[in-house]
Amino acid sequence: MVDIKALSRWSSFKKDKLVDLKYQPGFSQIAWFCMVVLYAPIVVLVVFSFNENRSVTTWTQFSWDWYIKAWHNEGIQSASLMSLEVATISAILATLMATMAALVTTRTQPYAGMNSAITIINQPLMVPEIVTAVATLIFFAAIRKVTGITGVGYLIAAHTCFCIPFAYMPIKARLEDMNLNLEHAAADLYASPLQAFRRVTLPLLMPGIVSGAMLAFIVSIDDVVISLFVAGPGETTLPLFILGQIRRGVTPEVNAVATVFLLISVILVTIIFLVGKNKK
Amino acid sequence: MEQAIKIDTDNQQENSAAIKIEKKITAAIDIKNTTKVYGENTASAMVALDEVSLTINDNEFFTLLGPSGCGKTTLLRLIAGFEQPTKGEIMLFGSHLEGLPPHKRSVNTVFQQYSLFPHMTVAQNIAFGLEMLGKSKGEVNRSVSEVLALVQMEHLAQRKTDQLSGGQQQRVALARALAPHPKVLLLDEPLSALDFKLRKEMQIELKRLQNETGITFIFVTHDQEEALTMSDRIAVLQDGHIMQVGTPHEIYNHPTRRFVADFIGDINILEGELIDKDKTHGKVKLACGIEVEASLPAQSENLNKKVSVAVRPEQLSIGQVNEAGHLTGVISNLIYFGSGSHIDVTFDNGERVTVRQQSNNNGKQDFLINDAVSICFSADSFQILTD
Ligand SMILES: Nc1ncnc2c1ncn2[C@@H]1O[C@H](COP(=O)(O)OP(=O)(O)OP(=O)(O)O)[C@@H](O)[C@H]1O
Ligand SMILES: [Mg+2]
Repeated sequence: MVDIKALSRWSSFKKDKLVDLKYQPGFSQIAWFCMVVLYAPIVVLVVFSFNENRSVTTWTQFSWDWYIKAWHNEGIQSASLMSLEVATISAILATLMATMAALVTTRTQPYAGMNSAITIINQPLMVPEIVTAVATLIFFAAIRKVTGITGVGYLIAAHTCFCIPFAYMPIKARLEDMNLNLEHAAADLYASPLQAFRRVTLPLLMPGIVSGAMLAFIVSIDDVVISLFVAGPGETTLPLFILGQIRRGVTPEVNAVATVFLLISVILVTIIFLVGKNKK
Repeated sequence: MEQAIKIDTDNQQENSAAIKIEKKITAAIDIKNTTKVYGENTASAMVALDEVSLTINDNEFFTLLGPSGCGKTTLLRLIAGFEQPTKGEIMLFGSHLEGLPPHKRSVNTVFQQYSLFPHMTVAQNIAFGLEMLGKSKGEVNRSVSEVLALVQMEHLAQRKTDQLSGGQQQRVALARALAPHPKVLLLDEPLSALDFKLRKEMQIELKRLQNETGITFIFVTHDQEEALTMSDRIAVLQDGHIMQVGTPHEIYNHPTRRFVADFIGDINILEGELIDKDKTHGKVKLACGIEVEASLPAQSENLNKKVSVAVRPEQLSIGQVNEAGHLTGVISNLIYFGSGSHIDVTFDNGERVTVRQQSNNNGKQDFLINDAVSICFSADSFQILTD
């Protein structure tokens, strides 16, 4: 006797396999190759940050030496503080502006030019970074000349601008997901527009805002090109410092700093992921 | 109103003033020649309401009944303030609502999808309106527990709203809208997401709540049975027009429009000729034979000579052949359902009516297909329709 159930289960299993991309010949090999190319250098970097030897090619012994050295390196210290300062302030400013932009582009009657407004908000994603960098450099130089104002404000302003689209995207997505009826219900229950925003829209928007702020933070702390052009003397961010070090030859000290950097990024991305998952 | 008149009988002037005030107070909502056009001045302009006039009385359970897309939600949204009328005006207890945003109108809504705040507990949801009105903490707590008791949800006060069943969410939505004690409560098809049994329970519950609170309810449904069982008065809408307003009894027994007659319950519509009329009744010569007396609709001035006449199946019964003055025909179909049967009788001219016949007690089958029978009816069974 033939077990028809088992047979049909087997045939449907086989069919699934045929249409599923994962089971196309060569697919998993390609995937593995990409993974190796992407992550092998990072693994090497992390491993050699724990190397006792100065060499970045031959392993001798495990040690925390480079981390301790990096921790006491004044250049790294001040660059880290500068990066934190710039990233924190720009992330906050960018998130504020992105939140307002997202509200305007989702919570008002569609108006002529709304699509162009969205395009302009997302502009930093589309224009090559080097173009923005050069333009910003010239523009800021002009302002500096006219007003005589100097300082880290220029760098923060530049970072804020290119962080806005990254903060904008998750906030806008969240607002579009959100049931408009909830805001109507709040208005129906005597909440003024401001109260409705504070008591209903904002709390429900919070996961989007948190994701947006963290994305903006990562993008800012990671930036090289625009910082390179805009940063004035004494405004060396961590990526700029590392770049400078590498020009003089790679030391495992840089590996250690990069590994810490990586760890921070992974933690933030994990938080964004968890926050995003929570809302479902 | 009676009292007001009695107290002031000796003073004519005060008397009429008292009546005037009474009259003003009894109209909870007054809608005058209101039109709503969506997307005005665009190619896709859509007239959702066309010159609607309607008065809803204080302490009334008023139902807006009509098929999908007829403008019921639009009317509620105009009253709540989420839409502005294109033309016309709406008054709430005698004061104009024009330009008043939703949060300044003493009107609350039970939304079709409940729209409970997901980040708040049941109690916080209910407290929301009271807090926005600036009530003191003690007052808010007192009102919340009162309303929770009213909808029998005390045990779930601290639950998050996404951990509730559909019926429970429904009750919370009701409680939240009732807590600030609005002048008028708007309910947009609040029962349509519930299963049959829960629906029946909530119908009774709503009726009880309306009685206990004395708040004017404006209830939207497309379910005619629901409308008939619950309402004090019903307005039947079609395509943005009000077809008829009346008590369930009036709407059911004296539909004045063909649409209303068709929309509510089973009904027979027969063609005939109007041969005579007085103020309330007309004499109609039916195409299938005899002359009958039929009620006239309110606006009967410009009735054509050719008219349609409606009669409910349960107002007809089957009698013996050739009883004088009765309609005679042949049974063409028979559906038995225990307590009675639906019997289709076809006349010589091809017209057909359905009769709802009660079962008799002797347990025998009374009628068979192709039997020749006559149809009996009592006076006041027929109603003349306008289109
Ligand atoms: N915002 C809008 N823009 C354009 N047209 C609309 C809008 N809202 C409603 N309409 C149209 O107006 C008409 C009336 O809509 P409304 O929502 O009042 O109907 P309804 O009686 O509540 O129907 P239902 O029973 O399906 O809820 C419909 O034809 C609808 O397509
Ligand atoms: Mg509707």
